[in-house]
Amino acid sequence: MTPVMVELQTRPPPGPKGRRPVPYRPRLSARLAYLIQRVVMPNAVNRRAGALIERSPAARRLFTAAERASKEQLFGCRMCGQCALPVTGYSCPMGCPKELRNGPCGGVGPGGACEVYPDKRCVWVVGFERASSRDAAADLRRLQRPVDHRRWGESSWLNYWAGRDDDLWTDDDGLASPPSMRVAE
Amino acid sequence: MSLQEKLAAGEFTITAELSPPRGASAAAMLSRAELLRGYVDAVNITDNQGSHVRLSSWAGAVAVQRSGIIEPIMQMTCRDRNRIALQSDLLGAGALGIENLLFMSGDHPKFGDHPGAKPVFDLDSTQLVWTARTLRDEARLLSGKELKPAPRFFLGAVENPFAPPVEYRAMRAAKKIAAGAQFIQTQYVFDLPVFTRWMAELGDLGVLGRCAVLAGVGVIRSARMLEFLSSGKVPGVQIPEPIQRRLRGVASDDVGAEGAKIAAEIIATVRQIPGVAGVHLLTAGYEKQTPELLRLAGVDRCQQEELASNGN
Repeated sequence: MTPVMVELQTRPPPGPKGRRPVPYRPRLSARLAYLIQRVVMPNAVNRRAGALIERSPAARRLFTAAERASKEQLFGCRMCGQCALPVTGYSCPMGCPKELRNGPCGGVGPGGACEVYPDKRCVWVVGFERASSRDAAADLRRLQRPVDHRRWGESSWLNYWAGRDDDLWTDDDGLASPPSMRVAE
Repeated sequence: MSLQEKLAAGEFTITAELSPPRGASAAAMLSRAELLRGYVDAVNITDNQGSHVRLSSWAGAVAVQRSGIIEPIMQMTCRDRNRIALQSDLLGAGALGIENLLFMSGDHPKFGDHPGAKPVFDLDSTQLVWTARTLRDEARLLSGKELKPAPRFFLGAVENPFAPPVEYRAMRAAKKIAAGAQFIQTQYVFDLPVFTRWMAELGDLGVLGRCAVLAGVGVIRSARMLEFLSSGKVPGVQIPEPIQRRLRGVASDDVGAEGAKIAAEIIATVRQIPGVAGVHLLTAGYEKQTPELLRLAGVDRCQQEELASNGN
């Protein structure tokens, strides 16, 4: 495990400096996105596959590159490494110029325009529409914990399958009992 | 009575806003605060509002606190500081006795006087409320390190019930309440039906009992201000058609008076909405006219006290 980690950290991070956050209209329909979710959701098969991939640095690089290429096209992915898409209507919050993970700011224009890029629609307006269309608006009520900026450039699918981002969001709306913001390291 | 006690007691509460000066003296701000003395319960000290550099909100809050004029509410945005600086400033505020805090995402640097500045947004507004609660209730930093002692805070958040997606706005406010918000100030309320619906949705979510809502009220003072606010150039502000028509229907010299009348009507109306704990006056720069506005709305407590004492 250790050599893999060292190898990863010496790679130049293609993170936030490379591309500014700009709202991106998802190229994949909400219906299809939620269908694919069923396959990508952690299960015994992809957990095993993920563990295998992580054993070889080359396989890991290849897999990460494939994830980047596809998600860049489909969702404007910037590789934060901690994908929130499953609970944001598959509209990426890291395209929000303020990178807000818990919903839209108060500056959304009357027609749903982003305040910073008025020719683009707010990613949360899009996300709420898409989630609502699949009966998943309740997902947007979960509380999102802060991004770990060390993970930029990593494969979020591998992180997801290995359970490294299990605590990225709360299980529910957190109203019944106050959720802890801190998670065990 | 402190802001927190007042809200807990269910008294109609009035907050206002002061923006710190662009300069190394708080004197001008304190003389504006003086105009509000006795009329409002607490005053927001804005954090580089509109991304324009001003005296910092914590220093402004400390100056107002020490002056004894009004209780300050220190605003804190996510725009300029990462989680290290935010937590450190929260501890500083706690140490200096600043307990009322109001958290928001903050305007994007693009709109300010340093458009080339790096937008930080390391935490978002919900996470920042959550952080402050963690410091207070768990006596720990986000890292898990222990705090000795933990700060005492009264936590506030903001919401704009009028910005799309409006169907999501109550849920978003509920997230901030779940994160620890004890009071919420809203964007300008001009659209009463939308505001009333949003309040009802908060009721349905069961969060009204645990969070006080202060409805944002502004005064359109001139035809120019009307043009500006209805141009769509001010992030998150929309003026409904009927109000625009009403203001355009009067002579341009009378727009200010009509604007104050509208604001007074809005205060009187929102007061009747279940769950509204008070109003937040978004009338920075209008301090002189604030007493008159409160009289118009029938919520001027200085006058009421006078009447009561005259009656005796």
